[in-house]
Amino acid sequence: MDRAGARVNRLPRWFVAALTVGPATGLAVFFLWPFVTLLAEALSGEAISATLGRDATWDVVWFTTWQAVVSTVSTVLIAMAPAYVVARFDFRTRRLLVGLLTAVFVLPTVVMGAAILALLPESLDRTVFAIVAAHVVFNLAVVVRLVGAMWEHLPTDMEAAAATLGASRWQVFTQISLPLIRPSVIAAATVVFLFSFTSFGVIRVVGATGTRTVEVEIWRRATQLGDIGGAAVLTVLQLLVLGAGLAWSTTAQRRHSRALGLTLRSPLRRPTGRGERRLVTGVVAATFAVAGAPLVALVVRSFSTPTGWSATAWTDLGRTEIRPGIRVGVDPWNAIANSLVNAVWATLFAVVVGGLATLAIAAAGRAGRVLDAGLMLPLGTSAVTIGFGMLITFDAPPVDWRASWWLVPVGHALIAVPFVVRATLGVLRSVAPDLTTAAATLGAPPVRAWRETVVPYLWRPLAAGAGLAAAISLGEFGATSFLSRSGGETMPIAIERLLGRTGSLLQAQGFALATMLAVTTIVAVAVTDRLQAGGPSAGRDRGSS
Amino acid sequence: MSTLEVRDVAVAFDGVEVLDGVSLAMASGEIAAVLGPSGSGKSTLLRVIAGIVRPRSGSVRIDDRDVTDVPTHQRRVGMVFQDNQLFPHRSVADNVAFGLKMTGVERAQRRRRADDWLERVGLAGFGDRSVDGLSGGEAKRVALARTLAAVPAVVLLDEPLTGLDRELHDRLAVDLAHILRSAGTTAVLVTHDRDEAAAVADRTVELADLQHPS
Repeated sequence: MDRAGARVNRLPRWFVAALTVGPATGLAVFFLWPFVTLLAEALSGEAISATLGRDATWDVVWFTTWQAVVSTVSTVLIAMAPAYVVARFDFRTRRLLVGLLTAVFVLPTVVMGAAILALLPESLDRTVFAIVAAHVVFNLAVVVRLVGAMWEHLPTDMEAAAATLGASRWQVFTQISLPLIRPSVIAAATVVFLFSFTSFGVIRVVGATGTRTVEVEIWRRATQLGDIGGAAVLTVLQLLVLGAGLAWSTTAQRRHSRALGLTLRSPLRRPTGRGERRLVTGVVAATFAVAGAPLVALVVRSFSTPTGWSATAWTDLGRTEIRPGIRVGVDPWNAIANSLVNAVWATLFAVVVGGLATLAIAAAGRAGRVLDAGLMLPLGTSAVTIGFGMLITFDAPPVDWRASWWLVPVGHALIAVPFVVRATLGVLRSVAPDLTTAAATLGAPPVRAWRETVVPYLWRPLAAGAGLAAAISLGEFGATSFLSRSGGETMPIAIERLLGRTGSLLQAQGFALATMLAVTTIVAVAVTDRLQAGGPSAGRDRGSS
Repeated sequence: MSTLEVRDVAVAFDGVEVLDGVSLAMASGEIAAVLGPSGSGKSTLLRVIAGIVRPRSGSVRIDDRDVTDVPTHQRRVGMVFQDNQLFPHRSVADNVAFGLKMTGVERAQRRRRADDWLERVGLAGFGDRSVDGLSGGEAKRVALARTLAAVPAVVLLDEPLTGLDRELHDRLAVDLAHILRSAGTTAVLVTHDRDEAAAVADRTVELADLQHPS
């Protein structure tokens, strides 16, 4: 393409600046400022020595670390078999299996916790086992997808070559496949570790009262004990651990990555022979059971009451009296209404800001890249950190916004914007520049040409981004725990409260709410997926080939 | 030294017949070339013999033992793949010694035998190199050494000289014939090149002639 021509036909500077200013301001006010406030809080005063000098702090760090390590190792070990089967074989329920794993992965943390509570017998509820189980089921999709994607690119013939040299199926795995897919295993393990280390919703629902990860401890110190300084120190401590983990992972992946020099996916084949058919059937059935059982248990428990099977929990959702006149202080209907209102606004904010940001990023060159990276930051920070930062920043006039109805949706939007940008930017960048140039040759000035050729492509990815934003908002728990006020409880907050009570009707109501939230989230993400795939037939998983 | 017998093998992929009643009998130590145009199922025939592809019907016998249901790693069938399939995370010597490692030969002896084989294929001193830097001809020699070092009963070669430039092709054809003969192994070579077949094999057959007359 003619460079000079591109320059002449460029969008005017004022226009790009106007696009940039909104998203950049939002990011600065609602993310960077709270983050700086939080850092200042942590680094000032005696909070550092007081917090680091307390044994309880190190107990929490130790517990957080070892449960995350156990969760990660278990997830990787358990997910390796389905990753292999999905990467190598074509079987009837293949898409369904990958779909189920993805559906489980997108569940809100509180719902995942609820599902594990519903599944496990009471003796295992509130134990570390339950926590690890929740993390494993949650993250199976991470390993199956990341590892499976790399495994698909490892030629089947290379494994066959090892077999002709006398390697058994297990030896082929340990000697050939595993060393070659190691970067993806490390990448997947890192993601699972990060999720498990920063686990908040799952622990709040599944863990016993004294079970605290760093995130839970931050929340407890900030909102229950009023120890803002201590909570801020813990936030920074967590960021340091996560940073170290990411740095290690990046180097390890680079060290082990070997150009396989293969761009082709090895074709899937049907399992042949009795042994292979048994292997595939067994792994597929076991994976369906592990991933599906918690969801089934969730629904079943919402219909189980002390007096047997009944839909009471669903029909009497609004009735939360323990005894006549005594209420539990959670109103499920109100929570549903709050969640919907929050979701509508959060989606609106996220789509407008994300849409503008995408246009700015695509049009602005280097400044665009800075904005892009900046908007991704909330993804790397935990939701708890975001909520906590906003809580301690917007608490005094002229920015005492704690009572404002829009603070919770803004927090949600902050988390959702990166997803909207990711959904949109790729499409925007793939619009052929020639198209805009062609419009220009037909007499359209730059802004007009841009509006005619680029903007029409945005609706579909923006709709997809909106679906994701709505799903994120509905399920968001970490930031909401800090920002929602009494009477403004959302569904995840209500679920956590209901499941924390004794009394089986309340529990059943909690499971009913969780079921609702699960279905809504899965539907929203599935619709989004279709939108992004460009049509119902073009799913992102290939069928038989 | 082993005999090989393929009896009435039929293979279909997704309902499409690839091989239909193919039979082939090989004497011990014999080198046969199977000729056929690309896409005719030559490669599939080798894969059936190696146990990588399961035939819909028919049988494979090695030394009069039916191995149709024996998994690949227990068949003692070596195969040189068209694209070599060298293991990129292992050195040249570790590639060649892989089969010995699988049978539990200890490290020092593995290395000695790998170096021996590298010398026989004309790559003395290549042991510690990475397989990434090898030329096409060198990679093919390593693949051959790796297969033969495992002492297979039958060696299968899938288009071993395709894709090499003319001069290298001719030189390697002579070397290949020599190496296979000196190893004394039974070998099946598939190719679409009649001259290559004649240069390497004792006997040349058309795949079409091996098919069941239907």
